[in-house]
Amino acid sequence: MSLLPFCEWLAGTPGSIALHESLFMYPLVESLHVLTLCLFVGMTMMLDLRLTGFALRKVPVADVVTRLQPWMFLGFVVMVISGVLLFYAIPIRPYQNIFFRTKCIFLVLAGLNALTFHTGVFRKVASWSRDAEPPARARFAGIASLVLWAGIIITGRMIAYNWFDCDKPQSRFVQLATGCSSDAHSDAQQQ
Amino acid sequence: MNLLPLFQWCEESGLGRTVRESVWAFAAVESVHLLALATMGGAVLLVDMRMLNLGLRQRPVAELAEDARRFQNVALIVLILSGICLFASEATKCYYSFPFSVKMITLFVATLFTYTIRRRVVFSLDSRDTTRMAVALVSATLWFIVAAAGRWIGFSG
Repeated sequence: MSLLPFCEWLAGTPGSIALHESLFMYPLVESLHVLTLCLFVGMTMMLDLRLTGFALRKVPVADVVTRLQPWMFLGFVVMVISGVLLFYAIPIRPYQNIFFRTKCIFLVLAGLNALTFHTGVFRKVASWSRDAEPPARARFAGIASLVLWAGIIITGRMIAYNWFDCDKPQSRFVQLATGCSSDAHSDAQQQ
Repeated sequence: MNLLPLFQWCEESGLGRTVRESVWAFAAVESVHLLALATMGGAVLLVDMRMLNLGLRQRPVAELAEDARRFQNVALIVLILSGICLFASEATKCYYSFPFSVKMITLFVATLFTYTIRRRVVFSLDSRDTTRMAVALVSATLWFIVAAAGRWIGFSG
């Protein structure tokens, strides 16, 4: 299944073209996306550090989660909206970019990790909320989140680099991973 | 005083050449810079938001600041070191960049403010609420300008 035709259609919509060509809107949206890291990943990191027992050891975990969650949520919403806008402005290149694809996989894994944490060990938080060192499953969720979000930041930054783009000769693996081979003769290459 | 020769010397230094001539060094250092930005943001915001009665407001400011301090200090050191590498690779561009000068001046003011006035207010047990709020607003604003101007360096020229 290829989403390339959808990306090509999206790239041709007036809104996408306007955002892509705008002098200030695109940089503003991108700046918003990067700066919201401080709020969203910053707060997530503080919660993860609490879960691993590296910081805020005297603060009950339940307090950290309930007090910081609204801010993490706000940051996440801004992140998603600005991220979707960035994709909307330039859809085809990221779709065939190995870093963008890796970032999407990491995002899904981070979501699954958060879901597992909330539906699992966090349900019984009352029994370990005050522990300086939370139970192993909570510590694992914290470490997994730290690693995944670091990966998301790094791969997100790397989207800007064209080392593995379709317009130059690539190894078989990269061709498969980026969908370059299957979509090789698509109009997207003319962009 | 003309600083251009100094900036040109930085660009021609071993560090500047290494980062500029490598295919991946700039990207790698930039990623580290971003990771430290997120850490610094979390550490600063945790305490600034507490002083604005947001976030973890049941906890004493000094306790949160004590917790955040390590991460803030390490993140700032990593930011400065990685920033020097990025700067050296394109120092001449930075010399002519308006956002770069805004960032450097604000960075100096923000660091000075954080390790003098903010530090005193944060760790003092009898700081007034209004003082704390003012300090939190100044701190958050200064660091926001540093980060925003930093992003803008990449857009100019």
